[in-house]
Amino acid sequence: MGPMPVDEGVSMDDLLREFVTETNESLDVVDVELVRFEQDPNNAKILDNIFRLVHTIKGTCGFLGLPRLELLAHAAETLMGKFRDGAPATKEAVTVVLATIDRIKQILESLERDQREPDGADQDLIADLEHMVERIAAPKAAGTEPLQTVGTLAPQVLERRLRPGEDSLDDLERAFRNTPVDSRPAKPVKAAAEAAAVEDEAARGAGQSIRVTVDTIEKLMTMVSELVLTRNQLLEIARHHEESEFKTPLQRLSNVTAELQEGVMKTRMQPIGNAWQKFPRIVRDLCNELGKEIDLDMQGAGTELDRQVLDLIKDPLTHMVRNSADHGLETPAERRAAGKPEHGRIRLSAYHEGGHIIVQVADDGRGLDTERIRSKAVAQGLVSEAEAARLSEAQIHKFIFAPGFSTVAKVTNVSGRGVGMDVVRTNIDQIGGAIDVKSVAGVGLSFTIKIPLTLAIVAALIVEAGGERFAIPQLSVVELVRARNGGEHRIERIKDMAVLRLREKLLPLARLSTLLGVATGTADDIEGGYIVVTQVGSQVFGIVVDSVFDTEEIVVKPMSSKLRHITMFSGNTILGDGSVIMIVDPNGVAQALGSTATTQMAAEEAAAARPSESVEPGMSLLLFRAGSSQLKAVPLSLITRLEEIDARKIELSNGRHMVQYRGQLMPLVSMHDDGKVKGEGAQPLLVFSDGTRAMALVVDEIVDIVEERLDIQVAGQGNGVLGSAIIKGQATEIIDVGHFLPLAFEDWFRRKVQPGRLKPRAVLLIDDSPFFRNMLTPVLQAAGYAVTSVGSAQEALTLIKDGGQFDVAITDIDMPEMDGFEFAEAVRDDALMAGLPVIALSSVVSAEALERGRQVGFHDYVAKFDRQGLIAALKEQTDLGHAA
Amino acid sequence: MNGENATRRMREYVTAVIGGQLFGLPILRVQDVFMPERLTRVPLAPPEISGVLNLRGRIVTLIDMRCRLGMPARAGDAPPMAIGVESRGESFGLLIDSVGEVLELDDAGREPNPINLDPRLARMSLGIHRLDGQLLMLLDVERVLDIGTTAIAA
Repeated sequence: MGPMPVDEGVSMDDLLREFVTETNESLDVVDVELVRFEQDPNNAKILDNIFRLVHTIKGTCGFLGLPRLELLAHAAETLMGKFRDGAPATKEAVTVVLATIDRIKQILESLERDQREPDGADQDLIADLEHMVERIAAPKAAGTEPLQTVGTLAPQVLERRLRPGEDSLDDLERAFRNTPVDSRPAKPVKAAAEAAAVEDEAARGAGQSIRVTVDTIEKLMTMVSELVLTRNQLLEIARHHEESEFKTPLQRLSNVTAELQEGVMKTRMQPIGNAWQKFPRIVRDLCNELGKEIDLDMQGAGTELDRQVLDLIKDPLTHMVRNSADHGLETPAERRAAGKPEHGRIRLSAYHEGGHIIVQVADDGRGLDTERIRSKAVAQGLVSEAEAARLSEAQIHKFIFAPGFSTVAKVTNVSGRGVGMDVVRTNIDQIGGAIDVKSVAGVGLSFTIKIPLTLAIVAALIVEAGGERFAIPQLSVVELVRARNGGEHRIERIKDMAVLRLREKLLPLARLSTLLGVATGTADDIEGGYIVVTQVGSQVFGIVVDSVFDTEEIVVKPMSSKLRHITMFSGNTILGDGSVIMIVDPNGVAQALGSTATTQMAAEEAAAARPSESVEPGMSLLLFRAGSSQLKAVPLSLITRLEEIDARKIELSNGRHMVQYRGQLMPLVSMHDDGKVKGEGAQPLLVFSDGTRAMALVVDEIVDIVEERLDIQVAGQGNGVLGSAIIKGQATEIIDVGHFLPLAFEDWFRRKVQPGRLKPRAVLLIDDSPFFRNMLTPVLQAAGYAVTSVGSAQEALTLIKDGGQFDVAITDIDMPEMDGFEFAEAVRDDALMAGLPVIALSSVVSAEALERGRQVGFHDYVAKFDRQGLIAALKEQTDLGHAA
Repeated sequence: MNGENATRRMREYVTAVIGGQLFGLPILRVQDVFMPERLTRVPLAPPEISGVLNLRGRIVTLIDMRCRLGMPARAGDAPPMAIGVESRGESFGLLIDSVGEVLELDDAGREPNPINLDPRLARMSLGIHRLDGQLLMLLDVERVLDIGTTAIAA
């Protein structure tokens, strides 16, 4: 056998590498051209082009000794030969050829990796191809032989038999003769319909080009960057010497440098069409798969941008085109019904605008489903129902960029694989771009992406912090604000975090010098500084710096490998004055601020917006929905367990819903007005138990657990609602557990209380917070106590002195005027009340507090929200009292 | 010195004084010797890294050799010098107290590290040459530049 061994010798490796590169390029062209040919089967020129490319691939494979590729290419070529002979280019036939190209690409991939053809056979595809040849081998249509061999063909004889897939010399000769010689520049054809594609082709065929490695270009770019910096330095120096003889040559140097920079930048530029190349094929395949008819229209394919940027937007664009084809465009039947042309249309366009390039992906499909996005946004807690109702359609549409957002109900093969527009947006954010969406129901959807031309040179704001200068990329800077006390923009403090109130939004602030550990002077002296309002994705925050210089065009240089682990910096650069400065990475700052900061912010923002009685800091609340879409909350500590049961296990007994739970029948209480309970599916429950008995609240959905400062607006709506509070920016009903407990325990309650004693034990509850009084009273009542609640210790003392009879007193510690300790002392020191047990309630249970409590005569000390602990303590104290 | 025989293999070293000790670096590794100016310190950097500076358009990372070798910090009198080296396409400057002459030394005269040598120093030393009245320690440039950053990143 003739072929040379592939893995021997450096030159062979080079040859192979070049072959792989070239073949891949050729195949990309074949991909596009085949789709074009399918739509325009009479275009012999396209077919010739395809045929030539495949033939070249086949020939080279034979030469390099790559039998699998050779056989595949041959079989594909044979089929295409039939097309050329006038056989119809059916959809099936083209599909098989495209599949073959995919296989060839796979083989090339492993060839590049392993330097040899992978094992395996392609008999399946080859059989398909041969079968297709037989099927379409139609009688030669008249007049479809445009290519005539000129001159005489001498019969040629080969001294051996042809190898499979080999062409006879005659065939080869014919192929050579039929190959148009491309010595003249391609005509600048500009038929409107195929302008983009032809333009692209012209660029490829006409311009003299050489292949240069990316490395070479990168190195050139680095050197030019350095030249630019040196020029800047020189200009800086010259600025200090008014009349210098250097002035004129320096100006010239400056201009040349600028031109050179532009020139080198140009070499890094690639037409955006390179990123679009695969789309015709993708759309064609999608059409077949989805039974749709789609025209793909590409405008401005020649618009150039930096290859680095190009690489980064390839995937987002692909995703958007797939989305349009899959979800955006309707089926032909649907379109007909809607009075639209059957052919859907996806339009890609690109053009320059300022230092940016604008790319649009538009379709004339059904547009976004505003209602679905709205309800999904509400369901995901991105916005409250009330707010959602106020938002405009355009504002609602923007939710598709929110993390994890996807409205697609069913996951299709094509898109909806969990990668949504949020990923697209993240990719675009990363390169300092922006994306916007416009949608009109029934008319279509369009995405507009604005991306910078290059990432190599960026504008940066030069700032000072801790005596050092730093650069902050302008792309992420929203605005600059002067921080001043009492000024227009107030700085406030929430817990340990400084925040800026800017146009009714609260932004978390971080001092750059503190973040970087170079702070001098007092740690948090923000006043007098400047706030660089920065945006990373949807996160907006303020970076506080000591002073701000100007904006400079900087050339981003990678950080030293020894410093790359510092997430606060994305690189460094040399300024015009020759000094090196660090480029602050806004992503790193955002990370350092943390997502907790933003969630906290949202909550605080809501709280701050509504000044009201602040009750207690930091309470764990369970957020859930039940009965209505309104968010509801209950202190987590009151809940024994969260359960999810199979709704089919719910039994109806005596007209009440019950479920077997831990060997007992547990009553269920629905919060629906009609007491309805789900018939099937998973049913989340909030289980309340006081040790022996348990009941459960039936809820629709458990939403979240939050640590929240409660700003409750007490409103006596009854029906188990203590009042409303703003939690995470949403109005939330605080549930009165005590209301629901008797609903479940009614009979038990009566049975337990009635026979024992006629008079329930009397509890005096002292708390300055109406919220806690309202919350605890029913809980205690449900446990069988008669409760009297008062808002202050003085009131309590007066009540007792006036002859009130109580078995036990429960008092809050932290109260204005007279606190719990003083109250206990007063009780202890008064002969009349000395026997009264006092239980202290506190959110702080420290060893010190316990000790002090013992000294002043507290009989027990219970943490607030420890309902079971409180009931147990009450039981102990009252039983003791009665036993005595 | 008595190493003048047929196996004699001479190498040139740039010598430098760091914390009173004489060190040698293979001259082939040395790009230049310069006086660091306009040093920019890098917040959050490992302590061995004094900062970065612009040397003829290149960004050079300066390594404080005293810190790297576990010696006490310099008392600020004479301006420090730096020896420029390159590694994997990056430029580094090794911050030293003063630079000495270039010495030609015979490989045969090189002795292994004394066993009681500080292990931190021993890791960065290729061996010892006995000179008139003092010892010269040969620095392994790659080991010197092998500054762990993972621990800090974690």
